[in-house]
Amino acid sequence: MSKKQYAFYPGCSSQKGASAANYTTSIGMMCDKLDIQLNEIPDWNCCGASIGYAEGGELPRLVLSARNLALAEQNLGGQDVVSGCPACWLATRESVERLHESQSLLAEANEALKEAGLVLKNETKARHMVEVLVEDIGFEGLKKPVVKPLGDLKFAGYVGCQTNRPFGIAGESFENPVYLDKMVEAVGAEAVKYDQKVTCCGGALAFSEPDKSQKQIRDIVESAYDHGADMIVTPCQLCQANVEIYQSEINKKQGTKFNMPVVYYSQLLTVAYGGSAKDAGLDGQLIRADKLEQIASK
Amino acid sequence: MSNANQQAVAKYKNNFLKEVEANVEEGHWVKMCMQCGVCAGSCPLGPHWEHSPQKIFMMIRAGKREEVLGSDSMWMCTSCYNCIVRCPRKLPITHIMHGLANYSHRLGLAPKGQPTREIAKLFWDNLVKTGRVNELKFSLAMYFKDGFGQGVKNAMAMQGIGLGLMKAGRLNPMEIFGGHVCKDKSGVQKMIAKAREIEDRRKSLA
Repeated sequence: MSKKQYAFYPGCSSQKGASAANYTTSIGMMCDKLDIQLNEIPDWNCCGASIGYAEGGELPRLVLSARNLALAEQNLGGQDVVSGCPACWLATRESVERLHESQSLLAEANEALKEAGLVLKNETKARHMVEVLVEDIGFEGLKKPVVKPLGDLKFAGYVGCQTNRPFGIAGESFENPVYLDKMVEAVGAEAVKYDQKVTCCGGALAFSEPDKSQKQIRDIVESAYDHGADMIVTPCQLCQANVEIYQSEINKKQGTKFNMPVVYYSQLLTVAYGGSAKDAGLDGQLIRADKLEQIASK
Repeated sequence: MSNANQQAVAKYKNNFLKEVEANVEEGHWVKMCMQCGVCAGSCPLGPHWEHSPQKIFMMIRAGKREEVLGSDSMWMCTSCYNCIVRCPRKLPITHIMHGLANYSHRLGLAPKGQPTREIAKLFWDNLVKTGRVNELKFSLAMYFKDGFGQGVKNAMAMQGIGLGLMKAGRLNPMEIFGGHVCKDKSGVQKMIAKAREIEDRRKSLA
């Protein structure tokens, strides 16, 4: 079978040595097993993320995405732009749509792009990695490479915000998306009922408003415990980082004893597909996902 | 008062709605709000907003320029997009809040020392330097934004987490010497500067 090809936009946090480096590791192995080839967009830049608006404004933010799209068109023509990062995906897709809706904005974006020696036709689709899995591979396809079903494990499927809103995955409800639960089930594990599945972790305000954000994070972790989950699984880098990293802070301030691993969907798939703990980037967890590591080492 | 602010006051006189429609991202949607309050009830940081989006929309229509642009409220947005997907009239509320925050920041009317305003600026300045965000430098800039002494305290408080991330391969101390960059960082910078120039001209912010 020939490999499916995509223009890959990793994003800043997915680079080597960055906060979601282990996500990238697991995406690599997962895609290998699913015959997906990711071709990195050469010299891509930051998308502006969710707080770029304050200093950036609309057009500077749109051109950041426009440059990535133009580089993809030029070097990887015809391939959908795919990112594993919800913020990257959201910014890119928003730019595609706004620049489609307004010819004058597209003209302005191209005037700015000229400074970087590029032109945007705006013919590319921007997609999240999860869309590729759900729409191009399908849940049956996701089951095929499974060699180690994760039978005994219970996951709280934490979808969070930006993979779910405002665009979301086609056909899913904003209030109760089920694709992540279905992925968990596709690798033979159990998805617990989880009422905090679309709660906001505070996003970038985890830095600027730590107490307000940590209240959100506390709800998210507590509910996973209440529902008997062994770990939380998420499709979002910022969700992963916020919900994992700040558990120790919450413990310190509030006397809780949180120690709930937070992993990516791609790490589950990698382990279920026979990958080692290292292939799955499980050595990148601050709170080790022991039960998943045990299955990986079997 | 900043020059751009004076010009805006003179140009739009008492018609703040018109000013928002012209100068705020997605501002032309404001008049479509039907005051149902679903946005106010959907916001994860709702209790911390001095004025909910619903109120902000009404205040804009009532011409409460200083109260809106000087408000801390828009800076409470976590970009969760709950309000957008629940709004019965499909107003892009998140974007309007971002647009208002940006406009008030650029006019110099946003609250001084507002922490989200400050880190948002640090974040943008960080990404503009090389085209990519340098997480180490961004973290350090955040810790040290209130001076050296406070910075050392902040860094010490977060030391455990920092070391944990380093050990896990998710924070590289060598990034302080440069780290990941766009090869064409000068092209990226020129492009951003041009985009800002075009937008500022359109919005009379230049």
